[in-house]
Amino acid sequence: MSRIEVQEDRCKGCLLCTTVCPVDIIVQSDRFNVSGYKVAEVPEADADKCTGCASCAMICPDVAIKVYRTPKKKGGK
Amino acid sequence: MSEMNEKIVFDKPESVIDRATHYCPGCHHGIAHRLVGELLDEMGLAEKTLMATSIGCSVFLYNYLNVDAVESPHGRAPAVATGLKRARPDSFVFTYQGDGDLASIGMAEIMHAANRGENMSVVFVNNTVYGMTGGQMAPTTLIGQKTTTSPTGRCETTQGSPIRMSEIIASLGGVAYAARGSLDSIKNIRTAKKYLKKSFECQTNGTGFGFVELLSGCPTNWKMTPLQANERIQTEMIPYFPLGVYKDITEDGGVC
Amino acid sequence: MTKKPERIFVKGNEAIARGALAAKCKCFFGYPITPQNDIPEFMSTEMIKAGGDFVQAESEVAAANMLLGAAASGVRSMTSSSSPGMSLKQEAISYMAGSEVPAVIVNMNRGGPGLGDIGPAQGDYYQSTRGGGHGDYRHFTMAPGTVQEAYDLTIRAFDIAFEHRTPVLILGDAILGQMKEPIDPWVPENIDEEAGRDWAITGKTADREKRLIKSLFLMEGELAGQNKHLQAKYDAWEDLSECEQFECEDADLIICAYGSIGRIAKSAVRKFRKEGKKVGLFRPITLYPFPSKDLKALAEQGKRFLTIEHNLGQMVDDVRLAIRTVADSDFYPIYPGNLPTPDELEEPILKCLEGK
Repeated sequence: MSRIEVQEDRCKGCLLCTTVCPVDIIVQSDRFNVSGYKVAEVPEADADKCTGCASCAMICPDVAIKVYRTPKKKGGK
Repeated sequence: MSEMNEKIVFDKPESVIDRATHYCPGCHHGIAHRLVGELLDEMGLAEKTLMATSIGCSVFLYNYLNVDAVESPHGRAPAVATGLKRARPDSFVFTYQGDGDLASIGMAEIMHAANRGENMSVVFVNNTVYGMTGGQMAPTTLIGQKTTTSPTGRCETTQGSPIRMSEIIASLGGVAYAARGSLDSIKNIRTAKKYLKKSFECQTNGTGFGFVELLSGCPTNWKMTPLQANERIQTEMIPYFPLGVYKDITEDGGVC
Repeated sequence: MTKKPERIFVKGNEAIARGALAAKCKCFFGYPITPQNDIPEFMSTEMIKAGGDFVQAESEVAAANMLLGAAASGVRSMTSSSSPGMSLKQEAISYMAGSEVPAVIVNMNRGGPGLGDIGPAQGDYYQSTRGGGHGDYRHFTMAPGTVQEAYDLTIRAFDIAFEHRTPVLILGDAILGQMKEPIDPWVPENIDEEAGRDWAITGKTADREKRLIKSLFLMEGELAGQNKHLQAKYDAWEDLSECEQFECEDADLIICAYGSIGRIAKSAVRKFRKEGKKVGLFRPITLYPFPSKDLKALAEQGKRFLTIEHNLGQMVDDVRLAIRTVADSDFYPIYPGNLPTPDELEEPILKCLEGK
């Protein structure tokens, strides 16, 4: 289970992240940030598809993306 | 939700200052300097780093990396860096320059710092234009590329051809490592970071002068969207400026 | 007790290089140009022997920028050149002044403009005293007249550079560079080689913020503030001006001359004094800060002035500025390209004495 966190006031809406996501879940939102850029986001519906590969963060020129991974629990529940 | 177990796998490097940058959307400078910051952290170099910044969009780099820096005149960073390294040989000294700065006005300084084999590292961000000043023709502008000073497209007969700096630098005796990478894809970014690391190691191991060229985009001055600009690197720049290692004198090295 | 060093017989160029070494200069960046080649040549072995470093740069531009880097890291460093090479260095010097780094630059003035000749001249006075590059700045400038003075002032240059965080220029000429005189190569004590530890870039350790040596000030009011700060620094130098006054007390006519010309004028003054004529010599040693107060004091005593320079009239502007409202100065040019002699000065001095 992984997720990304986009720091919206840093995002410049360049959309480079959208070109490298292996599961294609990053899109341009309709939200403008304070600088006037339409920020990138992962829609809620697609959030669980994130693989935590960090490709989006790696290509982000604004260091606006943090990536989190939750390691699988060992053993059964 | 098991958020308590989640760990962060990608975060801002410590050496990169937490602030918005002035760069245009999609400008690859942000990737380039983040890679530098990552390496300074990973290699434990930040505390001994002396950075010689240059003129261009790169001029504000000292606002983005948390290291000591001196602002150099246009093109002169390799000379300023030579002074830094000769004065404080135990420091980690690097320059960060664009194509106008390094290959035009600074051509003598980069050639001679490289030829002398100064034990320093050069990060060369090549986006085929003068960005900061509004998109004029640069030494690496491609034939036919329209810029504000080559409005009908760079003409070979009157304006020469684009200069391939990595190849030229690799031909100089004093150079330990010269490579060209690109920042347009994850694969290329990973490789570019490896090249930068090798270059930095040439300094820390005392092997010699390291030079890494990074093909980058300039959406604003190319009059493209960030995505189009990123694609142009792939379709137009890489064919003319081939990626790879052009010189590597280290033991495990070798030219690709 | 340290043994007093033996006197040595050296060229002015070598004296300057030796003075730098005595002052614990650690890096030298140079380039060949007549008539100062002795300096980089001497440094190419002696600087290394002294545990420092030497680079023959690819150009004077590069050498000056290497100096900017070394100076930014707080290390005592120097470059030298002659007139055309000095023109090349001006951008870097402007940066040094604007970024406030301590550096020593040596200019052995030759004939100009353009390629000129390889003989002595004083045509770089304006460049040396008005901030020869772009922007409102000055650097401390000193003009030795003897080989001993060349040695002494080079040592002083490093102290001033680090005390005031400024580039300092030693302005000599081809005569001074190439003539040989015996000197006492004294060695200064107590040089603080770690001076500048509160501003120099040395590597940002965990215990402090990052340091930035820069001259770019874009935010509103910043550049104005920096300029005011620099101007205040320069104003405070007024008390550091130096001059030599020779036979001025009862003189009717004061010859104003600096450097080698000051030396030649002194010979002329001695000759006239033997004939009972009341001439004196006012020799500025610091050209910036110009010893205006001392000059004005002489003007207020009713003396007359004749400025003699190896150029078409540059320092005479500063003489006139200093004594304005009280007196004026005549001017006699020794043309660049011509070698001055005491005899040549006799006629213009006599004319002035006789009030013609």
